[in-house]
Amino acid sequence: MDEPAFRRIARFVSPVDRGFAAVVYGGSALFAVLIVGLFIELVLGSWPSLRAFGPSFIWKSAWDPVASKFGALPMIYGTVVTSFIAILLASFVGIMAAVFLADFAPRWIAAPLSFLIELLAAVPSVVYGLWGLFVLAPLVRTTIGPVLQHLLGWTPLFAGPIYGVGLLTAGIILALMIVPTVTAISRDVIAAIPRDLREASMALGSTKWETATRVVLPAARVGIFGACVLGLGRALGETIAVTMVIGNRPEISASLFAPSYTLASVIANEFTEATSAVYISALIELGLILFVVSIVVNAVARLMIWSVRGSRA
Amino acid sequence: MTASATPAIAPPETVLATDDLSAYYGTHQAVGNVSIAFRRQAITALIGPSGCGKTTLLRCLNRIHELAFDACVSGRVLFDNADIYEWGTDPMAIRRRIGMVFQRPNPFPTLSILDNAVAAGGRRLNRRAKLEVAERALRAAALWDEVKDKLSRSPLQLSGGQQQRLCIARAVAAEPDVLLMDEPTASLDPIATAVIEELMASLANQFTLVAVTHNMQQAARVSDVAAFMLADESRTGRLIEVDDTAKLFTKPSDRRTEDYITGRFG
Repeated sequence: MDEPAFRRIARFVSPVDRGFAAVVYGGSALFAVLIVGLFIELVLGSWPSLRAFGPSFIWKSAWDPVASKFGALPMIYGTVVTSFIAILLASFVGIMAAVFLADFAPRWIAAPLSFLIELLAAVPSVVYGLWGLFVLAPLVRTTIGPVLQHLLGWTPLFAGPIYGVGLLTAGIILALMIVPTVTAISRDVIAAIPRDLREASMALGSTKWETATRVVLPAARVGIFGACVLGLGRALGETIAVTMVIGNRPEISASLFAPSYTLASVIANEFTEATSAVYISALIELGLILFVVSIVVNAVARLMIWSVRGSRA
Repeated sequence: MTASATPAIAPPETVLATDDLSAYYGTHQAVGNVSIAFRRQAITALIGPSGCGKTTLLRCLNRIHELAFDACVSGRVLFDNADIYEWGTDPMAIRRRIGMVFQRPNPFPTLSILDNAVAAGGRRLNRRAKLEVAERALRAAALWDEVKDKLSRSPLQLSGGQQQRLCIARAVAAEPDVLLMDEPTASLDPIATAVIEELMASLANQFTLVAVTHNMQQAARVSDVAAFMLADESRTGRLIEVDDTAKLFTKPSDRRTEDYITGRFG
């Protein structure tokens, strides 16, 4: 008998559902289209530059619009170094603050403090930039810089003249800007660790500090890592505040006191004055690099998170 | 015999006792004026319906209660004849001598089975000493044979019952005098429950056990002494009656105990 035992039931789908399905599928497809479209647009825009300089664009360090010589290395260097300073400072402070808020602070302190920290994330970056330019940069020039140089001047990192504006100042501003993100997400992650685990540790006679560092933080590490990556993502792409305090000089210098440039700040700074087609195209290529780097950083971080999680599943 | 009386069990060898102990969450009194003595190397079961304050009472005995942000306590808890709530007493030291096992198995997820077993102070030991401590504790918790080949694995790979025995081993490794158990089998299946009950009986040779349980059959099976608690009209848990388990379950002296154990309420 070749008659099937079961007959497929013809499903009735109302036209309204069909329409609704089209809308939601379309909505989610939009994201894929956007990210691919953005990539294509960036490649097309940077085509003249890609053709003129080839891959050497990435490791050439000359940035001379007058002579039409363009290399991205100083900006890549500036972006990486400032982001690294930022994530170093922000992750330490942010994680400590999150532990304090989640496990140590009494409620009447934790609630208003959390609120303030979240408000900090809402401050427009241009305001951070102003503060950095008028308060932090002079402070670095007159106090922070000389102190660091006195203590660590024997390393090339803290040698050389201190201008006030430069890599270190930009890194500190970025750290301030991403610390609310790192703190708020880390705090939520830490707070989500079951009370059971804390009590198990306390019941063994551990102190609160031992409980936080040996039980709670290890259990929360994946989420905390995610929080730091989110902060890093913001630091890589942050534009205006950095542009205001980094000094805007396309140079590579070992000293953190030296002025520098980032991918985002050079685009913001020079787009309006870019006159030749290849100049504009070089700026767009910088955007392409930033786009790719951001996506790679996020992807690598996520893969790391998955691998950690997988081994513990 | 009623709650207002002095400790009902004539203390042949009392290791831990409460004296007019009350516990609060904010303004709510969860445990009211409980005086009870726990006999050395015996299993005392705290029974009673949900919300009768038995878990809160248990949590007062090793000062874990005070971790709740609005918790407070009045009265005394006498451990080796010293009040553990005395000003200047180190709660950490108390908790090392009065261990606790929780309702849900809660091994430390980021530590190996070995490191879980020696979590109480094993950090400073070298690998060999660690193994010794762990083996002793895991044997005491009747888990050694099941995990001896996978000590470096994650405890999350174990079954619920095994995890709970790991938690017992973790508590035992600290070499406490008293072991508090908060419904240790509530989240386990009947077979795992039977294993834990057997284990409790063997642990009582070495430790003083106080176990909270919902399960009256369990209390009747494993405990030497049973204490019945009940919440009054303002939801404050009172100690109604405490006696040898055999007596409490056959000839309770309080009407409310009888109602509860015969299943007329709760």
